[in-house]
Amino acid sequence: MVTKLKEVDAVVVGLGWTGGILAKELAEAGLKVVALERGEMRTTADDYAVPNIRDELRYVVRHDLMMDTARDTLTVRNNPSQEALPMRRLGSFLPGDVVGGSGVHWSGHTWRWTDMEFKARSMYEERYGKAFIPADMSIQDWGITYAELEPYYDRFEYTAAISGKAGNIGGKLQDGGNPFEAPRARDYPLPPLTPILASVMFDKAAKNNGYHTFPRPSANASRAYTNPDGAKFGACQYCGYCQRFGCEANAKGSPHVAVIPFAMKNPNFELRTHAWATKILKDSIGKKVTGVVYTNVLTGEEFEQPAGIVLLCAYVLNNVHLMLTSGIGAPYDPASGAGVVGKNYCYQTGAGATLFFEDRHFNPFMNAGGSNYTMDDFNTNWNFDRGPHGFIGGYNIGGGFNTALPIGYRPVPQGTPQWGRAWKSATAKYYQTAMNIGASGSVMANRANYLDLDPTYKNAFGQPLMRMTFDYKDNEHKMGRHAADTVNAIAKSMNPTAMNAATARTDPWTVVPYQSTHNTGGAIMGVNPKNSALNKYLQSWDCHNLFVVGANAFAHNASYNPTGPVGALAYWTADAIKNRYIKNPGPLAPA
Amino acid sequence: MSDPKQSRPKLARRDFLKAAAVGGAAALPQAAAAQQPAAAPPAPAGYAFLNAQEAAFIEALADHMIPADALTPKGTEIGIHIYIDRALAGAWGKGDRLYMQGPWKTGVPSQGYQLPLTPAQLFRAGIDSSNASCRKTYGKTFDRLDEKQREEFLAALAAGKITFDAGPPSRVFWTALYQTVMEGMFSDPIYGGNRNKAGWRMIGFPGAIAVHRDNIEKYRDKAFPNEPVSISEMS
Repeated sequence: MVTKLKEVDAVVVGLGWTGGILAKELAEAGLKVVALERGEMRTTADDYAVPNIRDELRYVVRHDLMMDTARDTLTVRNNPSQEALPMRRLGSFLPGDVVGGSGVHWSGHTWRWTDMEFKARSMYEERYGKAFIPADMSIQDWGITYAELEPYYDRFEYTAAISGKAGNIGGKLQDGGNPFEAPRARDYPLPPLTPILASVMFDKAAKNNGYHTFPRPSANASRAYTNPDGAKFGACQYCGYCQRFGCEANAKGSPHVAVIPFAMKNPNFELRTHAWATKILKDSIGKKVTGVVYTNVLTGEEFEQPAGIVLLCAYVLNNVHLMLTSGIGAPYDPASGAGVVGKNYCYQTGAGATLFFEDRHFNPFMNAGGSNYTMDDFNTNWNFDRGPHGFIGGYNIGGGFNTALPIGYRPVPQGTPQWGRAWKSATAKYYQTAMNIGASGSVMANRANYLDLDPTYKNAFGQPLMRMTFDYKDNEHKMGRHAADTVNAIAKSMNPTAMNAATARTDPWTVVPYQSTHNTGGAIMGVNPKNSALNKYLQSWDCHNLFVVGANAFAHNASYNPTGPVGALAYWTADAIKNRYIKNPGPLAPA
Repeated sequence: MSDPKQSRPKLARRDFLKAAAVGGAAALPQAAAAQQPAAAPPAPAGYAFLNAQEAAFIEALADHMIPADALTPKGTEIGIHIYIDRALAGAWGKGDRLYMQGPWKTGVPSQGYQLPLTPAQLFRAGIDSSNASCRKTYGKTFDRLDEKQREEFLAALAAGKITFDAGPPSRVFWTALYQTVMEGMFSDPIYGGNRNKAGWRMIGFPGAIAVHRDNIEKYRDKAFPNEPVSISEMS
């Protein structure tokens, strides 16, 4: 028995960054908004406070802020000929599960993706010819431009308290910033974080090698800050408990600090926690959605929340799952290439080296999520000629630490015994004297990498699990080799006492261990309903009152962390709804 | 023996929040965890999950992997066996957050854990199979082996050279077992291991105390005082 509730103007599924931004913006525009959040409310004062938050076992190892795979998970395989099996516990990626979502436990790296992503197919074709793009690489232009998004990147950076140094203001290069970034209207709201020793050493070595390092832009407030809406941030304490933790000091740009409180105090807004959305309802002709069915997981009761607009703002994978289980949009078929929902699922890749310096003292427990220097010479630098190397995409390289806690971070030189006195003395010695240099690489869309519904396994609500089919292709292997070579060359130039060299990842993608929570695609934006699920306003081509907001909209994955464009697109979509859709409901872009 | 709680400035979490919110300019006093004199042997803690044979295995394993030396006391003296017992007895051991619906297939390694066992069941079966393997090779259970034999068996187990007859895959058991030893060494002492913060002291990890805003420059390329502080000491 489903209880039908009173209709509201808009229902938001998932209250993280995108849901928080849209809930706030639409409530302030006068819409009655209800947010359905599967997780519970957690607050800085009660849940992220010292000392209890400083618990590596609870938050890193046992995933206290993450989705519960006993209730819902996905099945995984490397290619369509394998049988997919359930991801029985978290590993490779860690979607969040509380108010604030993954925006609570992220590290804060905030980038502006550029036209090199948004126009990937046309730029590579123009420069290298159509034949340069492999036949099975299904990259396509996104339908949006950097110039269109620039004001929204700015909005997000000022909302989320980003610390950094501009590299290009209005076309004029800025000393100390990223010379390869696209032009921005103004600098970051906060100056860069204080670099840690490992980062200083990497910075110097990379510069000596002719590269262009800069402080990584990051949502760790370098000093106390009040955002344009009035949200107050403390200054980052470099506590070393950043990634996978909520921030004690309210110094991390998180939705429960930056945007959700403003929705909460607006009488137009209502939050329902423990509300698990199971289905998006359509009207009889399937041209509009009419609301969301959800289960109150505290009671098991089912409700239908009718709404004029439905905004899917859950994690990437859950947004796509809801589209598939609700029958919205044609499911993607890898054999024919037809269909759009589930298409162009992407991940990220990387390569890293560990350097040991017997005469250094790194104090790896002191760091901020973003206190690492970075270089983009092989990433957003379009002057880097990919032609001779035969790959599309790129990688950025950073040096330093992020959340180097001892259950998970105990670097020793290769060949060190795994236990006993020799292990103990090596572990004791090298915890303090090792540092990392790591490359994070893009993954281009491929025809055989996609999401669909599993034929066998079910979640706690009796629904099919999502099935993920993914592996790295030759393009990523080539880029990984290039990245490993670059990392190793910089590392060797620093003359470490010993070094665990970076190696390219060429084995199949594996669901363990942790790699990156940067899953993208599956409900992508584009200019044509035949090959994309959403238009450039993240509006469903099929049902114009459905918006699917998040990294699901990315047509492929860059080397950069995704939250910058995720936040910018949320503001972009909010403006399109407020300024155009409410006045004249219907498709916002021509099919 | 001094009470470390008395020698330490009180650090209320609300005060921390306030200090952090104003920008952390006022560096908080480092909570000085008093170096405790050599602790008296701890009273036996008792077991919540492990049976006698399993406890003997885990104790022998903890003492072999973490032998006493100048860096730390031996594994059982820092509570690694207690950590493992409590972890297995608790929610994690009983399969919290583990998707436990079949059908059950072996799959390929890239698909991760696929056994129909909770961690507690895996440890029970893995310890039993390990002892069976030791009896076959050495004529006695793991806890009764001499140091050389223990080393030989663990090296073979870690290298995937041991096959359990009718038991779970030995590598899956070893991976879980090794991880819990590390957790028992380096997790906060509230979980029963890392007693007297021995694991943290060994590497110079300061524990839950974590206000380093002014320490980045102050301790650049210098050792930070090795006086770790645990959650209970800050509560």
